[in-house]
Amino acid sequence: MKSLGSIRRDFAPWNDPNAKPYIQFDKVTKKFGDFTAVNNLSLTIFEREFFALLGASGCGKSTLLRMLAGFEEPTAGRILLDGQDLRGIPPYRRPVNMMFQSYALFPHMTVENNIAFGLKQDGMPKPEIAARVGEMLKLVKLEQFAKRKPHQLSGGQRQRVALARSVAKRPKVLLLDEPLGALDKKLREETQFELMDLQQSLGLTFVVVTHDQEEAMTMADRIAIIDKGEVMQVATPAEVYEAPGSRFVAGFVGNVNMFEGKIAHGEAGAASIDAGNGITIRTEHAGDAATGAAVAFAIRPEKIRISSTRPAGAVNAIEGEVYDIAYLGDMTVYHVRLDDGQVVRASTMNAARITEDPLSWNDRAWVSFRPDAGVVLTR
Amino acid sequence: MNPTWSRFNITSIVLGFAFLYLPIVLLVVFSFNESKLVTVWGGFSTKWYVSLFHNQGLMDATWVTARVAVISATVATLLGTLAALTLTRYTRFKGRTLFSGMVFAPLVMPEVITGLSLLLLFVAVGLDRGFVTVTLAHITLTMCFVAVVVQSRLITFDRSLEEAAMDLGAPPVKTFFQITLPVIMPAIVSGWMLAFTLSLDDLVIASFTSGPGATTLPMKIYSQVRLGVTPEINAACTILIAVVAVGVIIASLANKRREVQRQRDEQAAQRG
Repeated sequence: MKSLGSIRRDFAPWNDPNAKPYIQFDKVTKKFGDFTAVNNLSLTIFEREFFALLGASGCGKSTLLRMLAGFEEPTAGRILLDGQDLRGIPPYRRPVNMMFQSYALFPHMTVENNIAFGLKQDGMPKPEIAARVGEMLKLVKLEQFAKRKPHQLSGGQRQRVALARSVAKRPKVLLLDEPLGALDKKLREETQFELMDLQQSLGLTFVVVTHDQEEAMTMADRIAIIDKGEVMQVATPAEVYEAPGSRFVAGFVGNVNMFEGKIAHGEAGAASIDAGNGITIRTEHAGDAATGAAVAFAIRPEKIRISSTRPAGAVNAIEGEVYDIAYLGDMTVYHVRLDDGQVVRASTMNAARITEDPLSWNDRAWVSFRPDAGVVLTR
Repeated sequence: MNPTWSRFNITSIVLGFAFLYLPIVLLVVFSFNESKLVTVWGGFSTKWYVSLFHNQGLMDATWVTARVAVISATVATLLGTLAALTLTRYTRFKGRTLFSGMVFAPLVMPEVITGLSLLLLFVAVGLDRGFVTVTLAHITLTMCFVAVVVQSRLITFDRSLEEAAMDLGAPPVKTFFQITLPVIMPAIVSGWMLAFTLSLDDLVIASFTSGPGATTLPMKIYSQVRLGVTPEINAACTILIAVVAVGVIIASLANKRREVQRQRDEQAAQRG
């Protein structure tokens, strides 16, 4: 089946025209003095979705989250949660909870009191609080740490307390601000999967802010790529990677080779691009760019084949010289300098332990790819 | 570097400590002097301590000082904390620079000027000088010290703690009392202690603003010294030194223990 879809196969409310949006940013603008952090941004998030806001630091993604939590009010526009306009509702009356980047654990309270804090605010009876706290501690596997203070915990344990505290009230929406930012790489990978399991088992809507594209790709149902306070693209991880909507998105997520050129000849479903210096790229083309239009052809390194001779029958093959090789264990990345000076990045899985006739520095080499391996970008 | 005790090092240390503590040691030693003459040793005795407690003037002064110190430190802590909160929280109100300058000015203001200006104020508004005026003057003096101590703590205070509390359903007032106040409490307590000590040993401002019936201990000691130092005064000072020293030692020991415990906890947490 040819598809660029959700990993959760039966979950794609964004494709259902009848699905009711759960969280809606409606033409939201937020200014801090002269600085526009969020610029006329609209976004729709569905119930039970794991939604990621991805962008470089200072792009406005955290401001979006803080507006949802109620710490900032939009300068213009509306934010709706389950149909209700959130304007003027203070943070302590919103049915959303947030997990802070710094965890913000109360240093003078034990782990169990940290988790119970939100429940006490609601006036929940004591036995119920105790039961819920126990349940939360079990969920994050910290039962034996209930009486500890935050400074008596390791970084990973603190992260889990923060998580338990923010889900203890069973919020409609859980906001996570760089939830794994402070963890080391290995712990981060484990925790990613734990978060996904938790989201599934509790059936909550998660909105996570991150600058780490790998994190967003791993966890989210859909990703919104934010730049300078505007949404660049909202799509599933696979779409963002394989069908980026613009040069910015293609370059922001993963590695990409970009050939700038003009459509030399275009017809329905196919086009050839004149990329200058005698390079012509034949590609499938779904867009509507007319002949002569300036476009970029973007192709991911792993979709480029590298060989020492021109592969027979290759539609697209360009000759160059191996200029750099990075051996990463599971794969090898080649940098090939084409005759016009452009450097192309190609990666090869090291499926076999021993390669015959390996390429080396300064060898002549051919890079080749199929017509459907890349995308044509007009923006 | 070789950490040997060179002659130079030893001399420096001896000289330094002698400079700092010789006067105090002399005072303590002579408080146990049998002789009535302050500078002539006449054998060991604790009689001056006994007579001290029968000196009604000194005892009254001590009682006044203690009350002034407790009340002024408490009020100054309240006001200083509020000032510190405003200065760190509302960073962009009109006249903030002026306000912060005005809060901290008494810190560097010569005490004589503070004392004199307060005296003029009290005379102008027709406030009889006495217990109330000394207390008010000490609040003025010590408030800015409290503000400095509390402000330095608030600058490093993680605002997301408050946001987390509100996010979990606590309204602002509740957040302040359940989260902010407990977290900055150590700074408030040290601010109070600082204000208390400052009030305890202030002579200049008290001299300007005090009146009959509200003589503080430093004033009393100073006025008695002018008539000649008696061993009784030495005894009173020794007790004061002992009280302060015990306080400082307990505070630093407690601090040290907490720090050690914290480090041990953190290491344990890192190990797993």
